[in-house]
Amino acid sequence: MRMKLKALAAAAALALSGGAHAQISGNVVKIGVMNDQSGTYADLAGPGSVEAAKMAVEDFRAKDKSLNVEVVFADHQNKADVGSQIARKWYDADGVDVIVDVPTSSVVLAVNQITREKGKALIVSTGATSDLTGKACSPNSVHWTYDTWQLANGTGSAIVKTGGDSWFFLTADYAFGHALERDTEAVVIKNGGKVLGKVRHPFPSSDFSSFLLQAQSSKAKVIGLANAGADTTNAIKQAAEFGIVKGGQSLAGLLVFITDVKSLGLDKAQGLVLSETFYWDLNDQTRAFAKRFSERMKGLHPSMGHAGVYAGVLHYLKAVAALKSDDGTKVVAKMKELPTDDPLFGKGSIRADGRKIHPSYLFEVKKPSESKGPWDFYKLRATVPAEQAFRPMEQGDCPLVKK
Amino acid sequence: MSEIFGVPTQALFGQLLIGLINGSFYALLSLGLAVIFGLLNIINFTHGAQYMMGAFAAYFLAQKLGLGYWWSLILVPLIVGASGIVIERLMISRLYKLDHLYGLLLTFGIALIIQGAFRHQFGSSGLPYAIPKELEGGQNLGFMFLPNYRAWVIVASLAVCIGTWFVIERTKLGAYLRAATENPTLVQAFGVNVPRMITLTYGFGVALAALAGVMAAPIYQVNPLMGADLIIVVFAVVVIGGMGSILGSVLTGFALGVVEGLTKVFFPEASNTVIFVIMAIVLMIRPQGLFGQR
Repeated sequence: MRMKLKALAAAAALALSGGAHAQISGNVVKIGVMNDQSGTYADLAGPGSVEAAKMAVEDFRAKDKSLNVEVVFADHQNKADVGSQIARKWYDADGVDVIVDVPTSSVVLAVNQITREKGKALIVSTGATSDLTGKACSPNSVHWTYDTWQLANGTGSAIVKTGGDSWFFLTADYAFGHALERDTEAVVIKNGGKVLGKVRHPFPSSDFSSFLLQAQSSKAKVIGLANAGADTTNAIKQAAEFGIVKGGQSLAGLLVFITDVKSLGLDKAQGLVLSETFYWDLNDQTRAFAKRFSERMKGLHPSMGHAGVYAGVLHYLKAVAALKSDDGTKVVAKMKELPTDDPLFGKGSIRADGRKIHPSYLFEVKKPSESKGPWDFYKLRATVPAEQAFRPMEQGDCPLVKK
Repeated sequence: MSEIFGVPTQALFGQLLIGLINGSFYALLSLGLAVIFGLLNIINFTHGAQYMMGAFAAYFLAQKLGLGYWWSLILVPLIVGASGIVIERLMISRLYKLDHLYGLLLTFGIALIIQGAFRHQFGSSGLPYAIPKELEGGQNLGFMFLPNYRAWVIVASLAVCIGTWFVIERTKLGAYLRAATENPTLVQAFGVNVPRMITLTYGFGVALAALAGVMAAPIYQVNPLMGADLIIVVFAVVVIGGMGSILGSVLTGFALGVVEGLTKVFFPEASNTVIFVIMAIVLMIRPQGLFGQR
């Protein structure tokens, strides 16, 4: 009789606890920042992204104390197998609910797949491939800051329209480089230009002399650098050595972050045309954020990757609080439902394919004489409005989008 | 314009020249490794970290003391060489009687510590170091534009390599060194201070690595990872050339630089791995290396 009573009580308890779907797992929202902490992409993301996530959590909790939030981080070393291992461990054993940042497109595509399998959430800030909202789109992922299509249509088309109609590509030989080269080639050809050649360099590389020589002998007007981080800065430095710009060719930095310009110095980077979706000196709100960020990061100013982590985490927490649940699929759906509003990207929204929409800015790097202070690097050349900055949903082949 | 395998001849000559430039770095670094291994039987894994320290020392001399490139060429090898001597006296000298492997493990561990410390302090984006004014600009050779600085790298490393080879193979001091490695007890019995010679030789090998670091600073960015990327390739070079042979490692360094350069033209994606493929083949056919005797 007693056993039966115990069994009944246990069964009742289990049945009642089944109703706790709409609660926060483990009573804490755990945010995992995964990126390259020490290698090629460590300055444009790295520890800065962790700090940006923490700032977002603090700012959220200043207004809304209903959630316990914890931030953890890990170094994926730009390797897809390491990233996958960390993602699985985080999701299965450590109770992480959302992974944010993830530069290096080969890693983010792998983590995207795992997140979808486990029903968690992924907010991509520094990862670039436009496939994330194309054939690899997922109901569990949001692609925030930028992507290869936006870069190609921002920088690429601006350069072709001003006369750069023959191109040679220097491409990092992995998912990101291929995607950026593909998207930019499409833009060049659509605008009447020609692609005279391409060369793929191992990722990462430190010596580009041989590849730059091939670019030089192709006599293309524009040498498109389909790489990022230390690869781009090394290529630009070495191009200066080989007299490429003096010889009449120009370099197109297809993905350049403000941290790269800092590393190059204005005398080497001046005149570079680039597209970003955030700049610390755009308005008072971005300046205020930059001041707080640089105080915590020993003077480093935020890149668009850092800004995307901050804004993405803020919006994520709003959705979790509104839903009172951290179930990945449901939270991402809520993020698409709620309009976004943050001090860094302004008002915007997230589309059905997971693409966050905001304006894209075309900047030109100032000459050393034009710069009035450290980190005063850019002049604004053009603004592409949000509706035109990113690939139209119908063209993406995303299975989530009803045709 | 004639073509070889679909590549214009002029472009090919340009790539060969670039290959020679990279080969100079390989040669300089593998010279240091070969000297240390050939004469001291230590597999010095710290070599890459010492190369990196050389580049950083040049950067700091410029930033903090305002001393330019030419000063660094002389001072940095002395400074980093001295640090090498400290490591040798305190740690490596205790392992001479043991198997090679212990020296390898120790130097590998030291390399990881040094690299980790630098990475923690300086991040990874790299610090800028300017090409010295006297070597700026370049020559238009017709088939390519050769930067003056890169031409200087070839000339300087050739000079250092030939000089070192000459000292070791053709002078009395070199003869003592070679004798001391074959039979230290006997040489000590003749009154030669063998432990001091060994220490100074290690210091010299480290100084060579630091010199390569200073020469690399204006071309590659000064960053904590620069040694790690290079050291593995340099070990492959030393293995192919023959672990004990100084001439072998220098010649192989230049030759493999050229091979890598050609691979970058015909099959660029494989340029990182071609040296290891060659190493595997050489180890299968002639395990002592192309010029090795052991």
